[in-house]
Amino acid sequence: MSARLSAAFAKGHPALVCFVTAGDPSPAATPAILDALVAGGADVIELGMPFTDPMADGPAIQAANLRALGAGTTTADILAIARDFRARHADVPLVLMGYANPMITRGADWFADAAAAAGVDGVICVDIPPEEDGELGPALRDRGISPIRLATPTTDAARFPAVLDGSSGFLYYVSVAGITGKQSAALASIEDAVARFKRTTDLPIVVGFGVRTPEQAGPIARVADGVVVGSAIVDLVAAHGAQAAEPVRALVAALAQAVHQARSVAA
Amino acid sequence: MTAQTPNSFRNQPDERGHFGQFGGRYVAETLMPLILDLETEYRKAKADPEFQAQFDDLLEHYVGRPSPLYFAPRLTEELGGAQVWFKRDELNHTGAHKINNCIGQILLAMRMGKTRIIAETGAGQHGVATATVCARFGLPCVIYMGATDVERQQPNVFRMKLLGAEVIPVQAGAKTLKDAMNEALRDWVANVHDTFYIIGTAAGPHPYPELVRDFQSVIGREARAQMLSRTGRLPDILVAAIGGGSNAIGLFHPFLDDPTVRMLGVEAAGYGLDKDHAASLAGGRPGILHGNKTYLLQDDDGQIIEGHSISAGLDYPGIGPEHAWLKEMGRVDYTSVTDVEALDAFQLLCRTEGIIPALEPAHAIAAVKKIAPTLPKDTIILANLCGRGDKDIFTVAGHLGVTL
Repeated sequence: MSARLSAAFAKGHPALVCFVTAGDPSPAATPAILDALVAGGADVIELGMPFTDPMADGPAIQAANLRALGAGTTTADILAIARDFRARHADVPLVLMGYANPMITRGADWFADAAAAAGVDGVICVDIPPEEDGELGPALRDRGISPIRLATPTTDAARFPAVLDGSSGFLYYVSVAGITGKQSAALASIEDAVARFKRTTDLPIVVGFGVRTPEQAGPIARVADGVVVGSAIVDLVAAHGAQAAEPVRALVAALAQAVHQARSVAA
Repeated sequence: MTAQTPNSFRNQPDERGHFGQFGGRYVAETLMPLILDLETEYRKAKADPEFQAQFDDLLEHYVGRPSPLYFAPRLTEELGGAQVWFKRDELNHTGAHKINNCIGQILLAMRMGKTRIIAETGAGQHGVATATVCARFGLPCVIYMGATDVERQQPNVFRMKLLGAEVIPVQAGAKTLKDAMNEALRDWVANVHDTFYIIGTAAGPHPYPELVRDFQSVIGREARAQMLSRTGRLPDILVAAIGGGSNAIGLFHPFLDDPTVRMLGVEAAGYGLDKDHAASLAGGRPGILHGNKTYLLQDDDGQIIEGHSISAGLDYPGIGPEHAWLKEMGRVDYTSVTDVEALDAFQLLCRTEGIIPALEPAHAIAAVKKIAPTLPKDTIILANLCGRGDKDIFTVAGHLGVTL
């Protein structure tokens, strides 16, 4: 797996993973927003690939998908955004997150080649479970790109090894059974789940879905290897459009402080 | 045949839910444990004579099966060629074939201890059928329906509400069937512990395409036995309209290994295949959406393109994966019919047989109208009359310039 991803989880503090949708509000506006994530202290960037039918997403990210597609964002634009990001930020890991159809539509090999050429470190595909790994997983692994899988509250012990098999980079724990941006899970249930998964894997475990504020992110970072924030950032992009970079940077800086210092603050 | 002929066309899908390269289980991880449970429970139910007996009993006494097999003498005479017969599934309780599947799935839901039912609907026929079985068994029911479809299918929205269902208009996307399905999936991932999703067509993640087909296959099993008993032989050509494809696969599947029986699936060509339409086999290519790999209307980047058809029930940019496989195997032929052709066929059946068809089977009738005159009089065409047209009279009146 990518050295950049390993390094992101070896900094001696929990990682802040930040999600934005590529092309929202326009392909031209995305680079400045990505730079704001880095400037604010994000350790891993998740770049969402917009799709017409984002079935696992709540209203905030659905709307971001539609804004991006409405602005004419294409797969070529997304790959260019990734490639340019890599040129500006040699060490910050970049993960593409999205749905299967745009990823496989020209063939898994085409997508994996293009992602590798753009300097992408990992891919999260929401609707390719381990049972359908052959669709995309082998092509990614052949090129050293980490297929990052999701585990959820419904992923039991019997199923967990299948989720781990063939995945790398980190494990994304979806802390609520539901869609993005909605309610958040109780801390105790997150702690239990992370402890349960830690018995079986050495992969870093990152927790997301419903995490919006530094006050929520800090306590989760005490029990997990990283925290994902998506909808709260996407909401700022929705509110500020092409001027979103500064408010995004400010939110990410507050989140990064809470996450990075979570374990040095007295529990 | 375009591919090597298998020993049987009736032994799909494989153990992983694939029909050749199609089908599968492309869902978010939250849903995987549930659909694996569903598969296990469906296998048990299928082997349980008590489950089958309960299903058969409800189909007979509640739905009104078997539906008649009807020879259409005046339509046959008007077309001047092959004999036209209809499988009368529009006479079912609730007015369409959709109820067959809903009976099967609600029995499965109760077997699995689920206490809440959700469904998506386009034209509203599946929503009405789902609301009906929920009322029959006393389970709460939530129906997702695109806001555009809510507007154009008001009578069915009112029916669902009378039956006690909550109808949620979906404002996302083009506000039609595809968006309703997205929203139903979002509900399901948030409520997996107590909720069963009754999918209305032979699509979605495995095991849905298989179980919907099995429940709808009562159409073809009855038709085969009825035709043999009435004429002493099998039909020559089966014809059925295709949106997702559940009435068509229900009619076709029991005949797939009868080599003399040809089959024709009829997609919605909307304004024409070079304009907006809903013919995913004719105008799409393979991709992944709503849990399965199948033919989809999509652009070069894999973004889904909205379907268009005069028939809200055919207005979907995908098709059940078994049809995608049957097309590639060359076992079933697929054609398409425009809005205008379907409207003509709708009126033709009203006039010649005193039957007002739904706009969905009007597409099948339009295809029959094209092929029957070219065939000898001893050829038997059997078309599936999968729904009645009461729900469509406002749409048809609008297109004919009549104000009701």
